[in-house]
Amino acid sequence: MTSLPAQISGWFETKGWTIHPHQAEMLARAQDPSTLLIAPTGGGKTMAGFLPTLAELATDGHEGLHTLYVSPLKALAADIKRNLTGPVAEMGLPICIDDRTGDTPQSRRKRQRADPPHILLTTPESLALMVSYEDAARTFRGLKRIVIDEIHALAESKRGDQLMLALARLQSLCPDLCRVGLSATVDDPEQIGRYLARHPDPCHIVQADPGPAPDIAMLETAEAPPWAGGGAAYAIPSVLEQIRAHQTTLIFHNTRAQAEIFFHNLWLANEDALPIAIHHGSLDREQRARVEAAMVTKALRAVVCTGSLDLGIDWGNVDLVIQIGAPKNVKRLVQRIGRANHRYNAPSKALLVPANRFEVVECQAALKAVQEGRLDGDPRPPGPRDVLCQHILITACAGPFDADTLFAEITSTGAYSELSRAEFDACLNFCATGGYALRAYDQWQRLLQRPDGLWQLRDPRSAARIRMNIGTIQDADLLKVRMKRSRGGKPLGEVEEAFAATLTPGDTFLIGGQIVRYESLREMTVEVSRDKGRKPKIAVFSGTKFATSTQLSQGILDLLAQDTWPDLPAHTADWLALQREVSELPRAGQMLIETFPHQGREHACLYGFAGRNAQQTLGLLVTKRMEELGLDPLGFVATDYATLIWSLSEVKDPAPLLDGDALRDGLDRWLAGNAVMKRAFRASATIAGLIERNTPGNRKSGRQATFSSDILYDTLRKYDPDHLLLEITRDEAMSGLVDFARIEEMTQRIRGRLSLRRLSRISPLAAPLLLEMGKVPIQGAGAEKLMQQEAAELMRASGLETLAQ
Amino acid sequence: MRLAGGRKYGDHLGMSGYDFTLAGTRLTALGSGALWWAAQRLLCVSDLHLGKSERQLRRGGSALPPYETHDTLQRLSTLIDQFAPDTILCLGDSFDDLAAAEALPDPEAKDLRQMVAARDWIWIEGNHDPGATGFGGQACDEIAIGALTFRHIARGDAAPGEVSGHYHPKARLSRGSARPAFLLDQTRLILPAFGTYTGGLRSSDPALTGLMAPQALAILTGPTALPCPMPR
Repeated sequence: MTSLPAQISGWFETKGWTIHPHQAEMLARAQDPSTLLIAPTGGGKTMAGFLPTLAELATDGHEGLHTLYVSPLKALAADIKRNLTGPVAEMGLPICIDDRTGDTPQSRRKRQRADPPHILLTTPESLALMVSYEDAARTFRGLKRIVIDEIHALAESKRGDQLMLALARLQSLCPDLCRVGLSATVDDPEQIGRYLARHPDPCHIVQADPGPAPDIAMLETAEAPPWAGGGAAYAIPSVLEQIRAHQTTLIFHNTRAQAEIFFHNLWLANEDALPIAIHHGSLDREQRARVEAAMVTKALRAVVCTGSLDLGIDWGNVDLVIQIGAPKNVKRLVQRIGRANHRYNAPSKALLVPANRFEVVECQAALKAVQEGRLDGDPRPPGPRDVLCQHILITACAGPFDADTLFAEITSTGAYSELSRAEFDACLNFCATGGYALRAYDQWQRLLQRPDGLWQLRDPRSAARIRMNIGTIQDADLLKVRMKRSRGGKPLGEVEEAFAATLTPGDTFLIGGQIVRYESLREMTVEVSRDKGRKPKIAVFSGTKFATSTQLSQGILDLLAQDTWPDLPAHTADWLALQREVSELPRAGQMLIETFPHQGREHACLYGFAGRNAQQTLGLLVTKRMEELGLDPLGFVATDYATLIWSLSEVKDPAPLLDGDALRDGLDRWLAGNAVMKRAFRASATIAGLIERNTPGNRKSGRQATFSSDILYDTLRKYDPDHLLLEITRDEAMSGLVDFARIEEMTQRIRGRLSLRRLSRISPLAAPLLLEMGKVPIQGAGAEKLMQQEAAELMRASGLETLAQ
Repeated sequence: MRLAGGRKYGDHLGMSGYDFTLAGTRLTALGSGALWWAAQRLLCVSDLHLGKSERQLRRGGSALPPYETHDTLQRLSTLIDQFAPDTILCLGDSFDDLAAAEALPDPEAKDLRQMVAARDWIWIEGNHDPGATGFGGQACDEIAIGALTFRHIARGDAAPGEVSGHYHPKARLSRGSARPAFLLDQTRLILPAFGTYTGGLRSSDPALTGLMAPQALAILTGPTALPCPMPR
């Protein structure tokens, strides 16, 4: 084992600390090409990652950059800088530490490139930008180690793919570079290891002691949860009691909208005026920073939050985590629970609060999975090609490159190790010419192949434009919300453009825990005023909706298969028993379909257990097929476990609606024209560099200069249906909002076994679906007619029609 | 003055327009975004922005799908087949810039030359294409025909009967997404952009609310031309 230099071991002694076994092992493996550390939050993970760096820098002098630290959060980079600078100063080590994110001033960034610190803390986007400069080789000369924090979170997004491609570039510049990944508990550490290591190198996995098992239960409430909805307002009194009984409570929600509503209700019931705050990704940065600062000084008793607090910042005083709504994903639940009781060796304490009756079942299945240590996870799909296209452009910004060398570099990345040369060439061709069937751009190619075979940018001006658009985070459709004042009021946060488009002046909604009234949309900013009301007119703005994972869905089906449910509260067990009596409970190897008349309409309920997004897509595909068959569908609503469709005619033969080939055909044939596909296209086209979010002088020229990506999508579908970006869009449809892979998984699971139940009235399990938000009307030929009616009505009401005569 | 009439022009052609009167002149706003002046057999389109993808790439941007010139001309040619106009009037920004006009690829350039040669053709110069192009026809800064004056950018002090383009106006009703729209009041008509790769400026933008009178109409394009009070 590498021994610790005296300054460091002395520091540990004065603190009265001993080195954890996993920290010692990381030190011993300091020269391994790649190491993955799996440790619970609070297990001294960051110190474990940096110890080898501190040891090396303490003994041998080093010129320039030694260690690069990458985290998914800017705030985390700043936090680590603080937490590292203190001990390094106390140890008296001559180590220079600095951070670099999108917030770092231009002057400091320039200095960092010319004269880098020993340890640089950064984000994937800032690293990609640094790699794009011509002087990258000089900036990174001598780099020994890269530490990737929260790698489990990065591995789930395109940001991680971009990071690993940048890492491949760094490895070419610095062949001896050692890779270290720091991860929370995951289902498949080997998978993360393959993702981290240079392909096909092995990756050693260091497992820290996971600590005692968490203390986790369902919150007991006086009132039973409601039949539907996600608000969990019924649990407010019990939650307040828990806040009073603990020092600091984190209250997690699955969506920002739910967090807003819950916070609003909690505040109304907070008679003791306990200091409670709200924190989520749509809130203004300053407001979030204030909440974080108040957490550090222990001034808050509770924070209502979303995934924005899943990562990072170490707050030792949290002693309870409450999860509102079913966790949807066991792995994320376990990671959230870890936010409580960071002190090593203290059990984390957590409570689950189901928002409705069905979520009681889901929470129970999740509890069981946590107890049995069954985490969910899906195999990682191959690295996305839109990110690869951006990486090729970034590489070109740094200087001329050789295609063979770049291909070898890219396939040394775990996620892209299976990439074929043909796929790579298609991406390169796309970057160079657009890759269109019509070869129109020979004169103005973006990338040119020089006589010596190297590729380079034709126009040096492109480099600036490409750098302005680096990144894979899609925030283009967010609008800022501000108080309306003469000289620009206080920023409150952001809402999605699609949500803003539904507002008319006078509408009220919740943001940052307060009710505001919509006034106007001005220069891409939503202007609002304070509203005295106690109830917002529009309660929700859309946000990410997580789908229940495949494994958790299976756990629910297992639970439903039990003869009795002694572990469930009586109200829920009775409900399931009644369902079994009047119909049947859904089973894993088949699909239950109930049809019944209700309020003068025919209904069909399809229990697919494929997760919310896939059930939504299933609703789109099945209703389209129903329209073709003349069954006159009128609308549908989807949850994580079922899709409920209403129509004029009864579904008597569901088989043709659910046939795998027919569904796949529907995806290719007409779902391709759907708004969700256009959204997927826009995201990929932006990442791949076809659509530029930022262009020089964009703000001045105004909005009419830019046009909708839908036009590009429609044009490609019409004239170039085999284009690379349409192929990528189809890949994207397998996951995310379309989630067609889950539909495939479902059809394979049921293999045509349908159980059709004709009921005289609505079943206990189907009834809550009628109360769900987010009903989707079917936009047949009637939509155009409705628009005509509205236009005529407006003309009449305004008096312009009579004026016209 | 009369702003509107009842009959939808072109119903018999399977495409519906909206008839109105501007400065005593009967005109039809077509759902396709073109303007039809039946008495003159004149078809007017604005802001074609031909060659837009070529220009963006030339200037160091990304390579957009190079099909928009073909698509725009295709739609124009369909209209010509339907209306058999004696005159075509392009209201400016017909080309994304003059270099794009010169670089127009061959099948499209040839098609355009034939279209221009077959009838009277008037090019109004726009801010993107301030000069003559080699496609024939007559080029001018602005032109008066009957009671109407055609120019690229509306003038605040214009006399009644002004027809212009430039702003790419769009508007939306409470359902449906924003669509390119004509804006009409007693003084002027602003045409939507006809080019395939063109965005829009909301009618509520100060640049447009400042130009249009309080009782202005927006006429949404689409399968049918939909008049409504201009959203402000």
